[in-house]
Amino acid sequence: MMRSASRLIVLIIAALPAAAVAQTLARYAIVGDGIPEPLTGQPGDPTRGRALVLARSSTCILCHFGPFPEARFQGDLAPSLAGAGSRSTPAQLRLRLVDASQVNPDTIMPSYYRIDGLTRVGSAWRDKPILSAEQIEDIVAYLATLRE
Amino acid sequence: MRPQALLAAALLGMALPVLAGEIAPSGRRSGYDFMSADSKAMQDDDTANPAMLSVLEGETLWTTKAGAADKSCSDCHGAVDVSMKGVAARYPAFSAASAAPVDLGQRVNLCRRQHQEADPFAPESRELLALTALIAKQSRGMPITAGGDPRLASSVARGRELFVQRQGQLNLACANCHDDNWDKHLAGSAITQGQPTGYPIYRLEWQGMGSLQRRLRGCMTGIRAQAFDFDAPDMIALELYLMSRAHGMTMDAPAVRP
Repeated sequence: MMRSASRLIVLIIAALPAAAVAQTLARYAIVGDGIPEPLTGQPGDPTRGRALVLARSSTCILCHFGPFPEARFQGDLAPSLAGAGSRSTPAQLRLRLVDASQVNPDTIMPSYYRIDGLTRVGSAWRDKPILSAEQIEDIVAYLATLRE
Repeated sequence: MRPQALLAAALLGMALPVLAGEIAPSGRRSGYDFMSADSKAMQDDDTANPAMLSVLEGETLWTTKAGAADKSCSDCHGAVDVSMKGVAARYPAFSAASAAPVDLGQRVNLCRRQHQEADPFAPESRELLALTALIAKQSRGMPITAGGDPRLASSVARGRELFVQRQGQLNLACANCHDDNWDKHLAGSAITQGQPTGYPIYRLEWQGMGSLQRRLRGCMTGIRAQAFDFDAPDMIALELYLMSRAHGMTMDAPAVRP
């Protein structure tokens, strides 16, 4: 009896991190090569999205470059964001932001909405996604406007 | 070229395998090569290179008696430009006493404890940077030879394992940038190959001197990983791997870097 009770407690404790994950990250469904539904249930704001793409803390233009004349320092480690909205659908953009490794396992693009499967994450960032669901939706909304 | 010579060249190529993603010896480039003309000029002129102030301080420390033994470095080692010639190029080196590799700063501190009977200098302290800058300068122009000692093989292998391991919230390995994308730019800055030819360096971004360990910690924080503690075994293994990866490259310490 004691043994099964303690086993039950162990099971509950083991289940806690999963519960915390469920609270932190919104659930999403991958369909084909995209995530069709917004993580927040509503479309993002492209103006806020543009500001986020340019913000250093979002890390986008550390690697990417694009039609951002006011940004002096942009990377060339990754493709241009110009025309991103013509090349990809919002669903495809969303999956690439959430977890690009699902599209290409060898990609160096970080998974912006994933907290598992990472190694030695610094304490300030542990168990937090790089971007929130709202931020991802804002960025998707902005990238979708980049057409050529 | 005759067929036999071609075959010999092919066999030689096979005998010296370059691991996937590694930079071929002929393609290796020091951080110096990536710098602006202004920064190169600053490094090339000893009267303009700010790291030389640290070297000067090191010269004073070299001859200053310290610790319960009341000995200076020069009491045992004599003239630094003779006894320390080429030493930095072979560090980290195996320490029989520690049964592990130690880097140059740790070697200085071992000497302080064992021979001067003095307290070790703190990592990144002015004094430790000054002495290591002075010692590293004595290897200027010499080829890096660290990592050849067979007793270091497991540490070199551990260092490479760390180099190719993805880590941090951004989930990047050192190799993702410094083996595979060194010719590109991160937010406008050259990525470089991460060849540690010039440490300790005067880094313009720091407005001061720093060791390879400090530089590596900066990169680890950049990828939002938990930085290794100063002098941790994994830190030394990574330093050792980087030096062995730069085998044969010319030392340019104490260097200026952006």
